[in-house]
Amino acid sequence: MSKELEVLRILEDNAKLTPKEIAEMVGLSEDDVRRIIKKFEDEGVILKYKTLIDWEKVGEEVVYAIIDVRVTLTREKSYDDIAKRIAKFPEVHAVRLISGDYDFQVVVKGKSLKDVAFFVAEKISTLPEVRDTFTHFVLRSYKEEGVLLFKDEEDRRLAFVP
Amino acid sequence: MRKIGGLPLSRKINERVQAIPPSGIRRFFELVIGRKDVISLGVGEPDFPVPWSIRESMIYSLEKGWTSYTSNRGLKELRDGIAEYYRKFGVETCGENVLITTGVSEGLDLALRATINPGDIVLIPEPCYVAYKPLAFLAYGEPVSIPTNPDFRVNYDLLKPYSKFDPKVLIVNYPNNPTGVTYTKKELEEIADFVVENDMIVISDEIYAELTYRGKHISIASLNGMEERTIVLNGFSKAYAMTGFRIGYAIAPEEIIKAMTKIHQYCMLCAPITSQIGALEALKLKEEEMDRIRAEYMRKRNFFVKRLSRFLNVRMPDGAFYAFPSVRETGLSSEEFAERLLMEKGVAVVPGNAFGECGEGFVRCAYAVSMEKLKEAVERMEEFVENLKSK
Repeated sequence: MSKELEVLRILEDNAKLTPKEIAEMVGLSEDDVRRIIKKFEDEGVILKYKTLIDWEKVGEEVVYAIIDVRVTLTREKSYDDIAKRIAKFPEVHAVRLISGDYDFQVVVKGKSLKDVAFFVAEKISTLPEVRDTFTHFVLRSYKEEGVLLFKDEEDRRLAFVP
Repeated sequence: MRKIGGLPLSRKINERVQAIPPSGIRRFFELVIGRKDVISLGVGEPDFPVPWSIRESMIYSLEKGWTSYTSNRGLKELRDGIAEYYRKFGVETCGENVLITTGVSEGLDLALRATINPGDIVLIPEPCYVAYKPLAFLAYGEPVSIPTNPDFRVNYDLLKPYSKFDPKVLIVNYPNNPTGVTYTKKELEEIADFVVENDMIVISDEIYAELTYRGKHISIASLNGMEERTIVLNGFSKAYAMTGFRIGYAIAPEEIIKAMTKIHQYCMLCAPITSQIGALEALKLKEEEMDRIRAEYMRKRNFFVKRLSRFLNVRMPDGAFYAFPSVRETGLSSEEFAERLLMEKGVAVVPGNAFGECGEGFVRCAYAVSMEKLKEAVERMEEFVENLKSK
């Protein structure tokens, strides 16, 4: 693995590490690491630094729904055109072209069931290319972005073992 | 009344057992009980739990009722799988030459008991894992320590003077616990020359083989003329974190494997079947997964050793997950350093003299902990050492 890619892998797992710490981990100078990060930011390889938050823990209600969307393609409207149109709504969390009965999987985020349902009814279903939609509300999430949202394992190692 | 070291002997207990001093680490163990703020760099085991695919396969085997004994030597698929796996370290062997043991600890005991006659000399380069000397002694061998300071490496010139003892067995361990030292093929050839010249047997503890950061691990058994005189010991504890499952193996010439199996069948019967099934699954883990685990350890090593080197004299280890810095500059002994660091800063390390007399002046720090803890631990250590130096 090249050192450049290793920097990416480290950041993908923990964006809070400083360039100095990353430099010590991979055996580069701090300046080198800064340069590598800057380059990847400029090239759009690194898209954004975010924080994964469990909103339920602070009593915030967040409703996610997965909407399967079937569309009609025309000469003027390709998948890309339709996807972009859907993706631009801030309520839309993710848009993916998928295989199977439906064409798109759209993840919508809202404050309540009603909120999400109305958004789909008013903004998605009414698009001329959309033939039909199928909404699944998320009841509970167990793993997001590769992170387990439950804790069932703890470190049981003894403090001293030769 | 007979005495050993000034202490009267009990008639009830075997003399050699009585002669073995109590573990020095036990005292430290009691110091941490009930303390919540302690970051432990004192543990010789990985910080991640056993990969889920391995655990899941074990659960499934229990559901299917696989709870019986296996053959003494272990499941055939597992023995064959290990023989195949060991090709990557240069050894051409087959399942017939593999014995599944209850951890490397049992393998070591069997290897010594199967080869040693009372009074045989066992050469043990130190610092080394704590079990070698006591087990050789309990097998009625005469362990002879070889100090390896200052670079902790074993080579021909270091070994040469010991041929006068007419030694029978040499125990090597690389990557080494506690020093992290490992060897190139050329360096191993030097060791092999000494072994062949003196018609000895090598017990090669290769438990950290997967955690080799510079070059590739090469088994000493793969060298010319060594296959017939090497007992390779390895297991699943370190690479796959399966410490509590107690599962290891020995690879040796048929004659020795048969002898070891003879003891194993009476003292252990077989390794636990559930652990054997987990081991079988571990062998299926993709090479990329092992690469990922190795890369992660390597990052922690780089970070930790670099930080340590700001305030302590330390060598970059080439394998395993230990750093072995010198604490001589602080003016404290290994034990004083470890005890005060624990009491004053809540960081647990193991005093170097636990690994042999020549480990005095050093401490062993296991860096197999999360980056956050590692960072915190090394900062606390720096404060501790700077404070000592400024006095």
